[in-house]
Amino acid sequence: MMFPERHSRNNIEPSSDFYLPAFFIAVLFAINLSPVPFMAVRAAEIPLAQRQSGFELMQAETQAMQRNDLSNPAMLWVREGEKLWDEKPGENGQSCVACHGVVTGMAGVAASYPTLDTASGRPIDLTGRIQQCRTDRQRASAWPRESRALLAMASLIGLQSRGMPIMPAPDPISKAGAARGKALFNQRVGQLNLSCAQCHDDNWGRKLGSATIPQGHPTGYPIYRLEWQGVGSLQRRLRNCLAGVRAEAFPFGADALIDLELFLMERAAGMTVETPAVRP
Amino acid sequence: MRRIAPLRRMLSAFAGLMMTSIGLGAAGALAQDLPVVPYRIESGGISAPLGGRQGDAGRGRKLVTDRRKGLCLLCHSGPFPEERFQGDLAPSLAGIASRLTAEKIRLRIVDSTAINPASLMPPYHRIEGLVEVGAAWRGKPILTAGEIEDVVAFLGTLRD
Repeated sequence: MMFPERHSRNNIEPSSDFYLPAFFIAVLFAINLSPVPFMAVRAAEIPLAQRQSGFELMQAETQAMQRNDLSNPAMLWVREGEKLWDEKPGENGQSCVACHGVVTGMAGVAASYPTLDTASGRPIDLTGRIQQCRTDRQRASAWPRESRALLAMASLIGLQSRGMPIMPAPDPISKAGAARGKALFNQRVGQLNLSCAQCHDDNWGRKLGSATIPQGHPTGYPIYRLEWQGVGSLQRRLRNCLAGVRAEAFPFGADALIDLELFLMERAAGMTVETPAVRP
Repeated sequence: MRRIAPLRRMLSAFAGLMMTSIGLGAAGALAQDLPVVPYRIESGGISAPLGGRQGDAGRGRKLVTDRRKGLCLLCHSGPFPEERFQGDLAPSLAGIASRLTAEKIRLRIVDSTAINPASLMPPYHRIEGLVEVGAAWRGKPILTAGEIEDVVAFLGTLRD
């Protein structure tokens, strides 16, 4: 098997006193070593022309499951979301439909989240906005994280943007969050000392055990994941990866996870929303 | 023996304070109690077996093919016909002993980033300089000194 020529990138190292000696050791031994192609990394970012959804790497059967709404299990969540859209959960009798109208009016919303929450002056993700509507406008209790109802509502709203291009929020606060997210993406973490970028920028398309590494775009969330036998959020997926490299996973709702999502949306700008996607 | 144990623990703790993972050579009995034993890098390798241990190739093979412990086959393939789904992020382990000496194999497992800081390979016997390590794994290397020697012994048998 051939492996492409790679060149080193200088932004993936955590700052630590270890790396200074390590750098000198590396320089010293570089003189003795024969070329070791695996020891370097690929170019930093995925060229536009090579950008692709994880959909492209899936087996035909899984693709077919996503393509047809009648076979896509996530559509069950969407159906539940449609019921919730009309419900009046709180004491003030407000439903989603009362303010927003028919749900098709939410087209394009999910394609540009996370975005600036003007009230708090901080970025907010779609889940956070749904919860805000629940507690502030409907006077109802927030849904538990990863609950079926919350995922159902997020899937329903996400579906309204299906086929539309991802448009990252343009405001400076969201952009600053995306910049922090990019730093996290490139930071080696955990006992296994791996960054997101080392797999999803440098080695997508290759095999990690039985799994084909995708580019890691947020085009289809919430997704129905065969491994989960259910629908889950992007944050759940990010936490999976963090646990996989034996890192301390950020808690659900953490700013760091929203920053990462902001960066992923920026990285996937222009790609097509697939929600609700199916993944292996 | 019982009366010696506390003294040995004290000495171990002292050794832990005095030794860093890179630089000091003397391992000996004290090192067995440390999560990471000291070692010395020379000529692109580590010549002394970690903690002065003799590895066992049979145990090493089990570690290499254990996807939760050694993790090797997530990235590498090798001469393991019974193992499905071997990774392709890294070179095949087949014939590694004809390409690399035991000394060089040992360093690559202990801390591949000592050779190239950009290396994808996790540092199997380094706990310093890691970021956001999960609580269950903090302060522990991926493999102990003895396990590393087992893997080195096994990889040393892969000549073809």
